[in-house]
Amino acid sequence: MSNRLLDAQHLVKNFGGLTAVSDVSVHFDQNELVGLIGPNGAGKTTLFNLLTGVTPISSGAITLATDQGVQTLNGQRPAQIAQAGLSRTFQNIRLFKDLTVLDNVRIAMTNHYHETFFGSIFRTPAFYRTEAAMTTAAQNLLGIFDLTTVADQPAKNLPYGIQRRLEIVRALATKPKLLFLDEPAAGMNPEETADLTRLIRQIQHDFHITIVLIEHDMSLVMTVVERLYVLEHGALLAAGTPAEIQKNPAVIKAYLGDETTC
Amino acid sequence: MKTTLKANAVWLGVMILGFVVIDAAEFAGLVNTFIENMLVTIGINVILATGLNLIIGFSGQFSLGHAGFMAIGAYATGIITQSIATPLGFYLSMIVGIFVAIIAALIVGIPTLRLRGDYLAIATMGAAEIIRILINNLKITNGAAGLFNIPALASWATVYTIMCVTTIVTVNFIHSRGGRAVMSVREDEIAAEAMGINTTRWKLAAFVFGAATAAIGGSLHAAYIQTIAPSDFNIMASIAILIIVVLGGVGSITGTFVAAIVLGALDTILQNFGTLRMIIYSLALILIMIFKPTGLLGNWELSFKRLNHHKEVSAHE
Amino acid sequence: MQTIGQQLINGLSLGSIYALLALGYTMVYGIIKLINFAHGDIYMLGAFWGYYVINVLHVNFIVALLSAMVFCALVGVVIEAIAYRPLRHSPRITALITAIGVSFLLENGMSYLFTANTRNFPQVIKTVTWHFAGMRISNIQVLILVTACLLMLILELIIKKTKMGKAMRAVSVDPTAAQLVGINLNHTISFTFALGSAMAGAAGVLIGLYYNSIDPLMGMTPGIKAFVAAVIGGIGSVPGASLGGFIIGLLETAVQAIGLSAYKDAVVYVVLIVILLVLPAGIFGKNVKEKV
Repeated sequence: MSNRLLDAQHLVKNFGGLTAVSDVSVHFDQNELVGLIGPNGAGKTTLFNLLTGVTPISSGAITLATDQGVQTLNGQRPAQIAQAGLSRTFQNIRLFKDLTVLDNVRIAMTNHYHETFFGSIFRTPAFYRTEAAMTTAAQNLLGIFDLTTVADQPAKNLPYGIQRRLEIVRALATKPKLLFLDEPAAGMNPEETADLTRLIRQIQHDFHITIVLIEHDMSLVMTVVERLYVLEHGALLAAGTPAEIQKNPAVIKAYLGDETTC
Repeated sequence: MKTTLKANAVWLGVMILGFVVIDAAEFAGLVNTFIENMLVTIGINVILATGLNLIIGFSGQFSLGHAGFMAIGAYATGIITQSIATPLGFYLSMIVGIFVAIIAALIVGIPTLRLRGDYLAIATMGAAEIIRILINNLKITNGAAGLFNIPALASWATVYTIMCVTTIVTVNFIHSRGGRAVMSVREDEIAAEAMGINTTRWKLAAFVFGAATAAIGGSLHAAYIQTIAPSDFNIMASIAILIIVVLGGVGSITGTFVAAIVLGALDTILQNFGTLRMIIYSLALILIMIFKPTGLLGNWELSFKRLNHHKEVSAHE
Repeated sequence: MQTIGQQLINGLSLGSIYALLALGYTMVYGIIKLINFAHGDIYMLGAFWGYYVINVLHVNFIVALLSAMVFCALVGVVIEAIAYRPLRHSPRITALITAIGVSFLLENGMSYLFTANTRNFPQVIKTVTWHFAGMRISNIQVLILVTACLLMLILELIIKKTKMGKAMRAVSVDPTAAQLVGINLNHTISFTFALGSAMAGAAGVLIGLYYNSIDPLMGMTPGIKAFVAAVIGGIGSVPGASLGGFIIGLLETAVQAIGLSAYKDAVVYVVLIVILLVLPAGIFGKNVKEKV
């Protein structure tokens, strides 16, 4: 219990009359790799949006363990939640397309480096030092993920798989405690998916962070995650280790359909 | 670092060269009042359009109320320099104008920057009109008649110097942590928020910055032209600045310079055409937009640092 | 009470002009997301057309109104085809600047060809003022209100009932999908411009009758006001544009009636900003949230 990082209790989200997420409770521990699966429209991305503050919750409670004790994330704007240590990627890649790869990463580092307005417009030595430190840090990060050669390219010029990787790197640049990956393998071929699997393991290992991923590729999910949540119709259907989930009759029914109703 | 220093030196050289060329032309008698007027108008337009480009081109927020903030600067100078008719009074009035414009931009920006696209445009246009109508009805601003005989405290040299300073300041801001944060808002607001960027704050920062430069432009306008009236700062004035930004290329400061110069020169040449002037002007505008939809320069920027870099790379090969 | 009634009538007649103009803005915006800055100048052209056909050809009001509508519809279609169509896939701000260019061209072209003088609109219908419960209502006011409402009703029927109207609605929701189901994009957009410009033409003739004076720059201010009306109503929404037009008309006359005519426009903009802050997409507009 002591290493509980994020705790979400009884989350509910209504869109008008539609309940997209109903009474879902999930928790993520430190340095854990958790999967979130479920059929299309089960509310997986909505759950990510609720946890990262992109859409406000209708009711429920989200708390995060920080150095200053447990902190509530309810009602905070996405930027505050990101600063608290939750970062994410998006299902339909959302890079800063016209900006360079380096700038994409440097922007994510905005809150970790301080430049005064005066310093930046009058180019004080302190400004140059901060810029250099920021650039070095960004280049190091790019180096780890083999993106050094494209650092000066606009993000939109990168091939699809590389864009997905850059989005993960950008999320890491915010120095998160918890990283949400929304369908990172979508649109990838088996080879790219295998690379991604290695990449996810490497991040968890090298950065000591918690990773939560939404994924449809079962081979990826079942090989990398330690624990799984299954959503269906906006509600939690099951939770457990991959082995447990694979044997769960409710999950099998949700995925393969009920013979009698078909 | 070394290339940065070199590039900065080249820029300084270019600015000094520009000054010397205009000065020499003045000295040689090549610049009559007519041409000087054109040069000053170009300079002031550069200041105004650079600020608007920061808002539209870099933060991606569509503001149509630039003339309102310009009016604040112009009236601050018009009113204050009539009591303190010294250069010190002029700079004091400029600072007051900037200060008031910043407050006005905060009042306008905090509620309206939540709006998107054209809704924001129309709200900022409305705000600028409210400012203009207030000026039109106040005693201290002399109502619709405006202010006359404002002391001539800005020469072409003042305008040139301040144009250089505001451009340097704006470009430096763009190439800093703050500038990148502002651009991330333009690129993708949701992603920027998810990366910890407080988008409201950075949008407001760009908006306030733009308003401050508009006030500077207004101050210079008042001190050079010496006559101002509320109708100088109507919707059409805001649109004129917008045209410079779009014509040059949204997101290109170099483009803003080119467009301000092209339009300034075009305007001067067309003076000879009498009533046909505006017809030719509007046709030119339509044709440029149809054949160069992203503006004259797109989002291209002149960079000595890059030129230098290219040279070094080709030297190595 | 009498003054309130009087102002109500004045406000409604002015508002119906704004409403007719706002319809054009809203339809064009709905279909190609362009603030058609030149729309107010189409209204000016309508007024000038009315002026010439009545003075030169001595036609009656109905003929002047209908021919102005047809003329403006044609002008609108031509402008779209020449100036806006090449820019359909360009940044939206480019199309906006082009629209501003077209507006300048129409204003200055008319000033050049026919001088910038203000001229009296021929009184093709003799003004009769009725006194009713202490209020003065002129036949022109009634005519404006009835014509405007009739035109709005016809427009609503066209949009809701005809095939072309359905195509317009389809294109405004999703142009690509509309093309995939066989809707001709160019025809639909042309048709939208024709309808909107016809409304503006009618408004031009009506305002000529009402204010009795026209000039080449007359479209500028009402054009911007009508656009504000369209935004208040929720740009893209046809009933919203009508409602917005009436709101602005009533607001202006009300502010004038309480002796604040100097702040007439300021009040309109304050109301605009307040409405947008409460309803960021106007009264009938749909606030589309971006899907993540």
